[in-house]
Amino acid sequence: MTNEKIKEYISTYAPNVIYDETGEWLNLILEATEWQKLASVIKEPPIQMDFLFCLTCVDWKTHLTMVYHLSSTKHRQNIVIKVNLAIDQPIINTVSAIWRTAEFHEREVFEMFGVDFINHPDLRKLILEDDFKGYPLRKDFEDPINMIKL
Amino acid sequence: MYNQTEIIKDTTALGPEGELVINMGPQHPATHGVLHLVVTLNGETIKKIEPHLGYIHRSIEKMCESLTYRQFIYVTSRMDYLSSHINNTACALLIEKGMQIEVPERAQYVRVILNELTRIASHELWIGAMAMDLGAFTPFFYAFREREMITDIMEDTCGARLTMNYIVPGGLMYDIHPEFQNKVKAFIKQFKEKVVEYEDLVTNNVIFQSRTVGVGILSAQDAISFGCTGPVARASGVRCDIRKIAPYDVYDKVEFDEVIETAGDSFARYMVRIKEMNQSIRIIEQLIDSIPEGEFVGKTKNVLKLPKGEFYQRVETARGEFGVYIVSEGGTTPHRIKFRSPGFSNLSALSHMAEGSKIGDLMATMGTLDLVIPDIDR
Repeated sequence: MTNEKIKEYISTYAPNVIYDETGEWLNLILEATEWQKLASVIKEPPIQMDFLFCLTCVDWKTHLTMVYHLSSTKHRQNIVIKVNLAIDQPIINTVSAIWRTAEFHEREVFEMFGVDFINHPDLRKLILEDDFKGYPLRKDFEDPINMIKL
Repeated sequence: MYNQTEIIKDTTALGPEGELVINMGPQHPATHGVLHLVVTLNGETIKKIEPHLGYIHRSIEKMCESLTYRQFIYVTSRMDYLSSHINNTACALLIEKGMQIEVPERAQYVRVILNELTRIASHELWIGAMAMDLGAFTPFFYAFREREMITDIMEDTCGARLTMNYIVPGGLMYDIHPEFQNKVKAFIKQFKEKVVEYEDLVTNNVIFQSRTVGVGILSAQDAISFGCTGPVARASGVRCDIRKIAPYDVYDKVEFDEVIETAGDSFARYMVRIKEMNQSIRIIEQLIDSIPEGEFVGKTKNVLKLPKGEFYQRVETARGEFGVYIVSEGGTTPHRIKFRSPGFSNLSALSHMAEGSKIGDLMATMGTLDLVIPDIDR
């Protein structure tokens, strides 16, 4: 399955997706509301992106970007999904019902970046202590005691 | 992670239907590190497992944001300390890909040999530790006898036995030891003679088989959904070897088989690792006599600057797929770095695998996942 075919198929479901092919893999930039609809579509055949191998978030100071790296175990094709979120109130729907590995990864993003995942079955802190304040992987996080500025 | 009061509260908690909540870890001999599992039991049957992580969380991702592209590689040795060579290779490959640095063939050959030696050493330690968790003490010493030869080779070549830091962007830090080839050949000879002993001691052992066969079954569909990789997924029949899917260094030039089992139980995961060691030996044998002469490191600038953009590199460690994701703004340090560690995803499947089995079987299920805690916590 080529990138062109994937683009053609996705366009029928979500016409407003922006495509970016400058990197190694095909990048799809879309809105949070569109992602909710599209996620279950791309997991099923014919695209069959059934393996979510990386889920993370990037802080751009003005906004946050959720990054999903997906792979197909059938077609051996990779795509990257990017969803921009507002930094003051980052809310996105969970994908943990579609790819179950997302449950742990989303909990990590929740505590590190403060992204709120709607409908997540168990959204609690996973790595940090329960009473930890702040979101450590954000760029504006300050910890004068434990962080050393180089 | 739990705070102190909650640990005390949970140990005495009895659920609505007479459920018992017990804490396994953070200090438990079978977790080989500080992993805390909150196990909900009904009698002896497991209802739910909740892992609580973070006891050795060092925020390596945040740390790497302030380190240069030459420095951050050394931190990755401290993540999965049993696959440190392979972690270093992943970071070096990513920088080479981003900056289009040519790696001399000699360096590529040595990297693959060392990566495979690391894989064998990691599986050896796993066999010993896992058999010990299940009550067999002898295999630990047998496995460490061979592993010691590998750590000796590493010490001669890199100066360190565990955190090697030998691989740098562009190739290797320095050339291989003059006795390197002879020592590796001596190791192969001994390994081939002795690996039969594991088969006799562990594989064909009735007690071992009755504790692992049919225990902790993971279906292929679930393995994909939970993001499992490495021997865990291959034991369920999922083809996921990055060395085959996206070959790096000279893996496309060597012949080896991707080991696949279909049972998906603890015994299948054990068999995958045993067979994988033999495949690693096969790879080393093909390369060891033909290491090309020449430079061991390509030409690089003193200060490395990745171009603006995003880069991702996948490699196959002893535990599964390890990924490095870097977002660069064009400076000397990464804007954001993410390590996709295999143990983290494999652990997320544990609750699903152990559900409905007895608590005694949890040791076998958890042991065959091959968890390395610093790799999970990062």
